[in-house]
Amino acid sequence: MALPKPKQDVTDARLATLTLPQGALWAREARAEALGRLTAMGLPHGRDEYWRFTRPDSLNAPEAAPAALFDGAEDDIFAARETLHIVFTDGVFDAAASSALEGTGLEIARLSAAMDADIHWAREFYGKLEARGQSPVARPFAALNSAIATDGVVIRVTGTADRPVHITYRRESETADVALHHVIRLEEGAELTLLENGPAAARLNAVMEVDVAKGAKFHHVRTQGREHGRRAATHVFAALGEGSLFKSFTLTANGAMTRNEAVLWLDGNDGVAHVAGASLGDGKDFHDDDTVFITHDALGCESRQVFKKVLRNGATGVFQGKILVKPGAQKTDGYQISQSLLLDGDSQFLAKPELEIYADDVVCSHGSTSGAIDETALYYLRSRGIPKERATDLLTLSFLAEALEEIEDEGLADEIRDRLEGWLARRRG
Amino acid sequence: MLNIKGLTVDLEEEDKQILKGVDLEVGAGEVHAIMGPNGSGKSTLSYVLSGREGYEVTGGTATLEGEDLLAMEPEERAAAGLFLAFQYPVEIPGVGNMTFLRTALNAQRKAKGEEEVSAADFLKLVRERAKTLNIDAEMLKRPVNVGFSGGEKKRNEILQMAVLEPKMCILDETDSGLDVDAMKLVSEGVNALRSEGRSFLVITHYQRLLNHITPDVVHIMADGRIIKTGGPELALEVEENGYANILGELA
Repeated sequence: MALPKPKQDVTDARLATLTLPQGALWAREARAEALGRLTAMGLPHGRDEYWRFTRPDSLNAPEAAPAALFDGAEDDIFAARETLHIVFTDGVFDAAASSALEGTGLEIARLSAAMDADIHWAREFYGKLEARGQSPVARPFAALNSAIATDGVVIRVTGTADRPVHITYRRESETADVALHHVIRLEEGAELTLLENGPAAARLNAVMEVDVAKGAKFHHVRTQGREHGRRAATHVFAALGEGSLFKSFTLTANGAMTRNEAVLWLDGNDGVAHVAGASLGDGKDFHDDDTVFITHDALGCESRQVFKKVLRNGATGVFQGKILVKPGAQKTDGYQISQSLLLDGDSQFLAKPELEIYADDVVCSHGSTSGAIDETALYYLRSRGIPKERATDLLTLSFLAEALEEIEDEGLADEIRDRLEGWLARRRG
Repeated sequence: MLNIKGLTVDLEEEDKQILKGVDLEVGAGEVHAIMGPNGSGKSTLSYVLSGREGYEVTGGTATLEGEDLLAMEPEERAAAGLFLAFQYPVEIPGVGNMTFLRTALNAQRKAKGEEEVSAADFLKLVRERAKTLNIDAEMLKRPVNVGFSGGEKKRNEILQMAVLEPKMCILDETDSGLDVDAMKLVSEGVNALRSEGRSFLVITHYQRLLNHITPDVVHIMADGRIIKTGGPELALEVEENGYANILGELA
C-alpha cells in the first residue's frame, strides 16, 4: 500500500542518508527486515493520530539540529553506587570509562560485538519485540533504530545480578545523532536493576527490548539529562512472563523534545508491570511526551501507569496511555493516572487516556488532571513560617510523590528526589 | 501581646462583611477563649490573623507585640511568633512530617537571624516533644497528616506548636472531631506549653475543651462582634443555657 505523499517524502529524505551497517549474517538480515518495516509504515507525519500532540519534524529530519553542550552539569547520578558501569560517549561505547563487561549472574556484551558473532540469544531477541510492537500502532523510529543501531548492550541475566547495570550517556559533540539499541533477556527467576542517565546526544534514538521470563524481576530507573536543546525518541519494549515483574521510572528534566514510548505485554498470568515518569519543564521550548501501550493478555495481571509533569513558562507536556485488555484476560487490574501541575497560565498539558477492554471481569481505572498549586496547602505551609517559594517547591515534590513511589529502591528514589529538589531550587532565584 | 481594634473584614468573593468591628486584647501569658454560635466569625478571625487569602480587611488593626500583623505575609507572621492550630489540618502527600517540621523551624530561625538547627539537635527536640503527645516514630515518618485520624491530626498540630514555640497560639476548634482521650492528650500538650511569655486564644463552639484548658478570659462572639466578655464562668453559662440566652439579653 502506498504511503501518503508527505510521509513518503520525509521517509525518502531520511532513507537517502542511510546505509545499513554490516555485521554477521543474522544482523544484516535483522536490519534489512527492520528497514522493510520502516519503508512500509513510513516516518510519522503531523496528521498521524499517534503524533497529534507532538510534532515529529525534528525527529524526522535527515540531520539532527545541533544542541548546545550544557555546562553546570551535576555529578552523574547513581555514581556513588557499586554498579557495573557502562559509558557511551556520543553514542559510542567507551571502554576506558566503563567497567569490565562481566558480572555475577549475567552475561553482557557490546551490541556490535554480539552482531559480529553468533551469540544465539542476542540473535533470538534482537528486533523481535520491536517488530511485535509495530502493531496495532506503528512506531517508525523504533524500526529505524533496529535498522541502523550499531551500538548498545546485550545482557542475559541468569540469576540475581550482584549489582545494578548502570549506563551513562555522555555528550561531547554538539551535533551527535545517535542510535542505541539494548537487548535484555531475564531468564526464569532472574533479577536485574538497570540504571540509565545522561543526555546521550543532540538527537537520540534509543530502543530497549526486555524479555522477562517467568518469575523474573526487572527494575529500571532512568534520568534523561538536563540539556535544554537535546532531542530524544526512546522506546522500551517488554514482554512479561508468568508471575514476573517489570518496573520502569523515568525522570525527564529539560530537553527540547522527548518522546518516551513504553510498549508492554503481560503475556503470562499474574505478571506485574509498572511504568512511571516525572517530568520537569520550564519554558516554551520544552516538549515532553510519554506514550504508553500496555496489553493484558493473561489472567490476573496488574499494570500501573503513573505520570506527573510539572510545567512552567509555556512548557508542553503530553501523555498518551492505553490499556488494552484482550479477550480472556480476566481479573486484570489496570490503573492509569496522568497529571500536570501548571505553575502558571502559559503551560499546557495534553492527555489522551484510553481503555480498550474485551474481558468482563476486570478492574481498570484511569484519570487525568491539570491543576495549579493547592492554595489551602500553600497557606498551611506558609502559616508555619515556610516562605512561599519554598512552600511551592514542597507542594511540587508532593505532587510528584506518587510517581516516585513507583521506584522500589528507596535509595534510588532519594537520589531522584535530590535532583528534583535541585531543579526546583535553581528556579527559585 | 495580641491587640485587635475595630477589625472589620469582608469575604472577598461575596462582598459580604463577616467581622463587624472586633476588639480584643490578649495579654502576655494569658489564655483567652472565644465562644460563639456557628457563623459568628470565630474561624474567620483566626484566618485573618494568620494571613489566609480570600479576606479583605476593610478597617481596624491587629498587632502582635506592637507589630502590624496585617501588613505581613503568612510566613512573616509565623516568624513573628503567631501560630494557628488548624481546625482541618491539611494533608500533604510526599512530604515527610519531619522534613516539614524541620523546614518550618529552620525557616523561622533564618527569618529571625538565628542559626539553623542541626539534624541531631532537631531529632532530639522532636522526639522529646512528640513523646509527651504520644506521637510515635511511625507518625513522624509519615507524610504530613496523610492517613492520620482526626485525633492524630490535632496532636500533630500541637506537636508543631511545641517545636516552633510561638508566642501567640490560636487554636481553631481544636476539640472538633476528638474523642475524650484525644482531647485530654491535646489539652495536656497545650497546658504544658503555657508560660508567662506565651498567650493562647482558644476558639471553640463547646465548653468541654475549656474543662481541660482553663481560660483566664472568655469572650462570646456573635454576628462578627465580641458581645460579652467575662471569666471562666461565662463558658459554664453557655454550657447550661446555650447561646440563646446571652444573645437574647443583648437584643
